[in-house]
Amino acid sequence: MSEEHLKKDPEKEKMKVKSIKKMKEIMTAYYIDAKTAAQNGKKVAWITSGGPVEPLIVMDAIPVYPENHGAMIGASKMGVDLCEKAEDMGYCRDICSYARSDIAASTVNGGPIGGLPAPDFLVCCNNICGTVLKWYEVQARYYKVPLFIFDTPFCHTEFSSEARKYVRSQIDEYIKFLEVVCGKKFDMDKMKEVGRLSLQGQRLWQDVLDTTMNKPAPMSAFDAFFHLALIVTLRGTQTAVDYYTMLLEEMKERAAQKIGAVPNERYRLLWDNLPVWFKTKWLSDKFASYDACLVADTYTSAWCGSLEYLDENDFLGSMVEGYTRIYLNIGVDEMLKIIKKMIKKYDVDGIVMHSNRSCKPYSLGQYDIMKSLQRDTGLPSLMIEADMVDERAWSESQIETRIDAFMEIIKQKKG
Amino acid sequence: MNTIRQFHDVINDSDGYARRLKNDSGKKILGYFCSYTPEEIIHAAGIHPLRLFGTRSAIAHADAHLQAYSCSLVRGVLEEALAGRLEFLDGAVFPHTCDSIQRLSDIWRLNLKFSFHSDVVLPVKLDTSSARQYMGDVLRKFKRELEMDLGLSITDAQLSKSIKTFNTIKRALGKIYRLRSANPGLIAGADVYALVKSAMIMDRADAAEKLTAVADQLEKTKAAGADSGKRIVLSGGLCDHADIYSIIEKSGGAVVWDDLCTGSRYFEGLVSEGGDPIEALADRFTERVVCPAKHSSITARGDGIVGIAKEHRASGVIFLLLKFCDPHSFDYPYMKEMLDREGVPSMLMEIEQDLPSEGQLSTRFEAFIEMLR
Ligand code: SF4
Ligand code: SF4
Repeated sequence: MSEEHLKKDPEKEKMKVKSIKKMKEIMTAYYIDAKTAAQNGKKVAWITSGGPVEPLIVMDAIPVYPENHGAMIGASKMGVDLCEKAEDMGYCRDICSYARSDIAASTVNGGPIGGLPAPDFLVCCNNICGTVLKWYEVQARYYKVPLFIFDTPFCHTEFSSEARKYVRSQIDEYIKFLEVVCGKKFDMDKMKEVGRLSLQGQRLWQDVLDTTMNKPAPMSAFDAFFHLALIVTLRGTQTAVDYYTMLLEEMKERAAQKIGAVPNERYRLLWDNLPVWFKTKWLSDKFASYDACLVADTYTSAWCGSLEYLDENDFLGSMVEGYTRIYLNIGVDEMLKIIKKMIKKYDVDGIVMHSNRSCKPYSLGQYDIMKSLQRDTGLPSLMIEADMVDERAWSESQIETRIDAFMEIIKQKKG
Repeated sequence: MNTIRQFHDVINDSDGYARRLKNDSGKKILGYFCSYTPEEIIHAAGIHPLRLFGTRSAIAHADAHLQAYSCSLVRGVLEEALAGRLEFLDGAVFPHTCDSIQRLSDIWRLNLKFSFHSDVVLPVKLDTSSARQYMGDVLRKFKRELEMDLGLSITDAQLSKSIKTFNTIKRALGKIYRLRSANPGLIAGADVYALVKSAMIMDRADAAEKLTAVADQLEKTKAAGADSGKRIVLSGGLCDHADIYSIIEKSGGAVVWDDLCTGSRYFEGLVSEGGDPIEALADRFTERVVCPAKHSSITARGDGIVGIAKEHRASGVIFLLLKFCDPHSFDYPYMKEMLDREGVPSMLMEIEQDLPSEGQLSTRFEAFIEMLR
């Protein structure tokens, strides 16, 4: 039963985000492209979500994101099955569920799109975690393909000059690696163009996210989780720029007409950590039932959080800082500063923290962030114990009770 | 052996030992967590490097900062510090290894008020020349930090002297390990464990002297009774359980070698005693047996364990993995597979700070050891 066959409710129609259809088309085309790459003489590169993708685009290689795949697996509720397969292979249940489901999916062409196209080479940037290093080693052994590690030293409080030099030299190594695995020269002029498009895309994405400063917010973090796909997978392309231009228009239009993602938005919340992919709808409805909108999150803004470090005129050079000083590669206190800025900017009434069982770099330190926020801003916060893909870590009644209690506090505070 | 008693005394009350050392020598003490800590540099500054292990006490304070899915080492060490039981420390050094240690560093820095805190953000990959260059740069940076924060200077001569001291310790431990491998009945596993652990706790000059003496004495000792145990190699992160060794022995096995952070990965590979000392340290960190949190090749650890199993004629390998340790968990399946291919059976034992009951452990070890050829 498709929605078109139902009688259209004009109120509901108004609420729908029209760009969604376009997004689905683009993503479908992208995956078809990736899956037929070999037939078209193109290389497929697997790359981590926070990795420097622009040089790949320059080389005409198709970037594929196992984490994005993990998100799709989670959203289509195929996570438990694949995670269990990985556990049967000997991988312990406590490791990242993106990694587990991806490793298992490779062996059975599992998941909603029948597995990812096999990589010709792998690019692993550890600016998000140490897990990706291990995960990509596993896949390099499995597919027997070259692995490039883009090592971005952790910046607890500073980005040392030593680290800067090291990362800088890896950009040259990266380009050399690409020239070898792709069998052609790296085109510096094209790099300029791709860099420009990447920055343009990131700025547009930030602008889209910023439309939620409007009251009511024309979209929610749950929408952002969805629209994020392009800034991750097609950053540096005209497609992404066009899409976000369109999305931005739509959001501005909604804001002008005071159409909110949550019809009677009364409370504004901030989300921390990855989405719970298999429960986004449930969570979104649950908060909406309290007239609460999650207007911002720390996750989707990671793909435009380095804008201040990137330089259009020297994209390659500025990648050093842009790719090292990202949200997950900094100390807890630095993260706290960013969260505080977001609290102000989006004028939120509370913060919802997803303590994500299988992502340690994101989750360890959340208790301290929560305590500082409570102390410095008096902002109520809620901790939800879950996982982004593995549904076995989800306990609905417990979470529901917690959300109810949290919303009561918010209500009392704000009235 | 009577002299081995003293090492057990050290590890049974390492805090007491550290306090006394501080009182008697007036030395500053810096805590550390992993075998990638440049101990030689700390030592050359006249500071005592003290490796911190978890805790045997219940977790009362750390739970407010770390989720239950953090490994017991990270939780345990934070617990000790927050409970005020590490008040004798002047600070801590956090080499960049896994995601959990990385966040522990943040939480430690934000909640504890030791005067010194340093993150030694080493390269994660070790197989390129730029990484090797960075390794040296990071070590020099750490040395500068120590000098500036503590108002001292570290000369090359002091560094070279420290390197010699640590090499002596490593040589002695290596010798003890090799003697045991040749003749497993020579010394109990729990005793070797005490020796290695002491080496990370004791005054290093003292450790160098005493461990060398133990090694020499063992060399002269004729075999202490025939050994009938199956030859076992341990692999994993750290093993902080003397009991494991005796349970394995009672179950019919004898630990002949290991691939542990508190074992061969700590002492294998000497630092060159000539040339620039920092460069020599950087070389050793780059070339030593690799930990799972670092990358030297995609099969380095599998090749390593197969090599150890062959060299020491292992009947079987026991993987001792700390629960919630990501890097080790990721390596286990392929290491097991590589051992399988060589016909070396292995078993996985997940451990936490509190061990399962002895009965449970024996049942599992016995079942495994019985099936070994
Ligand atoms: S551990 Fe966290 S940051 Fe790393 S891949 Fe998994 S979800 Fe992403
Ligand atoms: S045991 Fe594992 S998770 Fe824990 S600190 Fe060591 S490497 Fe990290």
